[in-house]
Amino acid sequence: MADADEPEKKRRRVVELTEKMVVDGYNGRCSEWEGRWNHIKKFLERSGPFTHPDFEPSTQSLQFMLETCRILIIGAGGLGCELLKDLALSGFRNIHVIDMDTIDVSNLNRQFLFRPKDVGRPKADVAADFINSRIPGCCVVPHFKKIQDFDETFYRQFHIIVCGLDSIVSRRWMNGMLLSLLVYEDGVLDPGSIIPLIDGGTEGFKGNARVILPGMSACIDCTLELYPPQVNFPMCTIASMPRLPEHCIEYARVLLWPKEKPFGDEVVLDGDDPEHIQWVYQKSLERAAEFNITGVTYRLTQGVVKRIIPAVASTNAVIAAACATEVFKIASSAYIPLNNYMVYNDVDGLYTYTFEAERKENCSACSQIPVDLNFSPSSKLQEVLDFLTESASLQMKSPALTATVEGKNKTLYLQSVASIEQRTRPNLSKTLKELGLTDGQELAVADVTTPQTMLFRLCFTS
Amino acid sequence: MAATKASKEQKYDRQLRLWGDHGQEALENAHVCLINATATGTEILKNLVLPGIGAFTIVDGHVVSGEDVGNNFFLSNNSIGKNRAQAATELLQELNSDVSGNFVEESPDKLLDNDPEFFHRFTIVIGVQLPESTCLRLGSVLWSASVPFLVCKTYGLIGYMRLAIQEHTVIESHPDNALEDLRLDQPFAEFKNHVKTYDLGSMDKKDHSHTPWIIVVAKYLEKWLSEHNSQPPKNYKEKEAFRQLIREGILRNENGVPEDEENFEEAVKNVNTALNPTKVPSAVEDLFNSEECNNITSQTPPFWVMLRAVKEFVLSEGHGSLPVRGTIPDMIADSQKFINLQNVYREKAMQDAAAVSKHVESLLQSVGKPPESISEKDIKLFCKNSSFLRVVRCRSLAEEYSVDSVNKDEIASCMDNPDSEMVFYLMLRAVDRFYQQHSRYPGVYNYQVEEDISKLKLCVNSLLQEYSLNVNIKDDYIHEFCRYGAAEPHTVAAFMGGSAAQEAIKIISHQFVPFSNTFIYNAMSQTSATLQL
Repeated sequence: MADADEPEKKRRRVVELTEKMVVDGYNGRCSEWEGRWNHIKKFLERSGPFTHPDFEPSTQSLQFMLETCRILIIGAGGLGCELLKDLALSGFRNIHVIDMDTIDVSNLNRQFLFRPKDVGRPKADVAADFINSRIPGCCVVPHFKKIQDFDETFYRQFHIIVCGLDSIVSRRWMNGMLLSLLVYEDGVLDPGSIIPLIDGGTEGFKGNARVILPGMSACIDCTLELYPPQVNFPMCTIASMPRLPEHCIEYARVLLWPKEKPFGDEVVLDGDDPEHIQWVYQKSLERAAEFNITGVTYRLTQGVVKRIIPAVASTNAVIAAACATEVFKIASSAYIPLNNYMVYNDVDGLYTYTFEAERKENCSACSQIPVDLNFSPSSKLQEVLDFLTESASLQMKSPALTATVEGKNKTLYLQSVASIEQRTRPNLSKTLKELGLTDGQELAVADVTTPQTMLFRLCFTS
Repeated sequence: MAATKASKEQKYDRQLRLWGDHGQEALENAHVCLINATATGTEILKNLVLPGIGAFTIVDGHVVSGEDVGNNFFLSNNSIGKNRAQAATELLQELNSDVSGNFVEESPDKLLDNDPEFFHRFTIVIGVQLPESTCLRLGSVLWSASVPFLVCKTYGLIGYMRLAIQEHTVIESHPDNALEDLRLDQPFAEFKNHVKTYDLGSMDKKDHSHTPWIIVVAKYLEKWLSEHNSQPPKNYKEKEAFRQLIREGILRNENGVPEDEENFEEAVKNVNTALNPTKVPSAVEDLFNSEECNNITSQTPPFWVMLRAVKEFVLSEGHGSLPVRGTIPDMIADSQKFINLQNVYREKAMQDAAAVSKHVESLLQSVGKPPESISEKDIKLFCKNSSFLRVVRCRSLAEEYSVDSVNKDEIASCMDNPDSEMVFYLMLRAVDRFYQQHSRYPGVYNYQVEEDISKLKLCVNSLLQEYSLNVNIKDDYIHEFCRYGAAEPHTVAAFMGGSAAQEAIKIISHQFVPFSNTFIYNAMSQTSATLQL
């Protein structure tokens, strides 16, 4: 798809969808019928003993939800498909969905808006088409994009944002984006600037759903320690002391592939290419045979190379439903929303645990206090970098550091641009003192885990 | 054909990693019956069709209403007025061409009147939004036929599920946090011989640092036992002393500074679990003492025959312990040492499984069945999972509802907290009563809400009185249940759809442990509870 065509194609698509809504409303396909919203109306038009203190029964609430309320769903995969269905059937019509992926055949066991014929097409587009045609009147606008392709003006238009993401990095980015939209007047948070974030996650038979009110309740980074960093196998094990079939597979992936370049010089290992996996599989078997290790299978090879997380329809259905219930509660004020974290596990019977995750006082994302970095002036810059990536509460991926030195903005280290990385690499082995940094000064750090630069305060220890 | 198999492997890859090819096979041989294609019903079925059950049959005598289409993804507005079973089957079938969808345009009551054996053909029957009388009638038929029955209901913001199954055996329960089976407290001969091949004192640094922690602990435990009258470390103080003993074994360099020996660190860290006494878990002991285990006949299912064989093994070759599992966790070690140690455990496991096999053979012979009726593969799987065997037994619906056998204790003790999920169970029972009396549910129309509150309260009171339940149900809950007006909001139906479908998959595949026997979900507080009723 040529980039130049993109905005025009999209504009045309949005016009198409809007026209469809008008047509549906007036003639031809009927988009309203007797009793359609009966199940919902009982919660909007009747008072009750457990409703939110702000709730007032009204026939207007349904109109608000149908016509005005704008919801953004991030992800059109396992959770996203379910969320789209759940929200469309709960009275929401103005829904946008973002997903940068295309459909793979392994999605079909749970991402029910996709069929074998759709493999290769953008998830967001196919999902939106399906929902719009199955649920008359619903107008899902798809975005085959990354969340980072949008800025504050885009996100600000939504009343509620629901995430069905498969990566912590993306969650943190979204979290940071909503935090950046918060408006403070004289140090007091303007509640109108808060966009609630409902976040769901699943893995096999486990899942969780949480409600985040940015600036008010615990954010993603407040509870970062709940997600300890992924442990990789130690290099020495892979290189010289394999014991498990997984070690043999990692050997082929990490060491042999770059050495043997089996499909060409610049060809990167693609986990989705069966030929690549077959190669890794064969090499893993050879490695395993050398050490008398059993258990290397094609399935295991794929699982290790692609870091596959097992998934089923049922867990995604449960978690998405819980999230959608929260969206409904918040949009309608019908009930007090979940406060604020629910964990679900159906390995042995069904188990849920609901608790209030607490805000972290010095959260690097949502507390407005710059985080202190304590280092001696003779520490090397590399040590600071290691801290930013290894600390359980920060878990940055490839932080870029800048600071004001002698009145000028200086890039201390940046990894993502090769030329700058080369130029600043020597700084890593210089001490903080040598780099001209002073006690108490601000260090600005940019990273994929946050849309905004994070400010730290350098504190010299003796 | 080969192409289809390959593409199924690709399609189902993510779930095959959870229940394996044999679990998938069980699913593909299953025929599920859904009664009532309401939102809850179709959501349950969707989560069974997607993973590829063999077939489903929807039984539903209702005609599609506008309200139905509003909350159901598998009904469209041009099916209003048509039979609901047929309409839903079309859109559910479309989800997965591997699955065969059928429908019966009939109410379950009619089928129970005319052809109750209709239900005997199913692997599991799922009944959704059933009135009490139908539910109990169906429950009785299925119970006698030993067909698993899963009852599911969405009522306002409350979800309800009840499993009625006489006996459900699980070999592969896949526990989340299983303890390792290392036998360090009662080392078997082959293990002891293997440990003898190590002389920590004469090893070079490389070998010393790459000796598996299991060997390290075994060596130091031998030392400890010889110095402590064959008594292993028992309390915190002794375990600390034992850890210290191990730490002192860490090599030192010329300056007396301890070297970096990660394997010794691992040994110290694992002392606690390593010293856990090996014993038969009480759940398994209970199974050993059960009727089925001790009374093997030619009708006895393989699970119990194998269990009996394991019991006999425990009493003889096992010397009081289950067959060795045969797996060890990964640990710092060089490849050869690790593989050799792993093989010691694997070979012992194979030996034990072979011994169990002999017992299986003689048991089968004693009841006139050929030894091949239970395969080696199944016996090996059984032995590997012997610590994790589970059997779920539920009371029948009849027992739950009978005044003589109602579980008063469970109800009363839960209701010590008047806001516990038990109150929703009682309200659902009261609402069923209301339906029986008034042929409608409370508060369906706005004008009914107020006046139905007192009517529903009468039902609550008659329920409590009939069962002599001395509990208090707050008026707020009675009001709330009138407010619900028997609504079935989609998000609650979808939550129950996912939960119920996974329980059905557990029943069909005999993997993972199903709940027992009542599950309540409260969407207002996003909490849940499992009750025994």
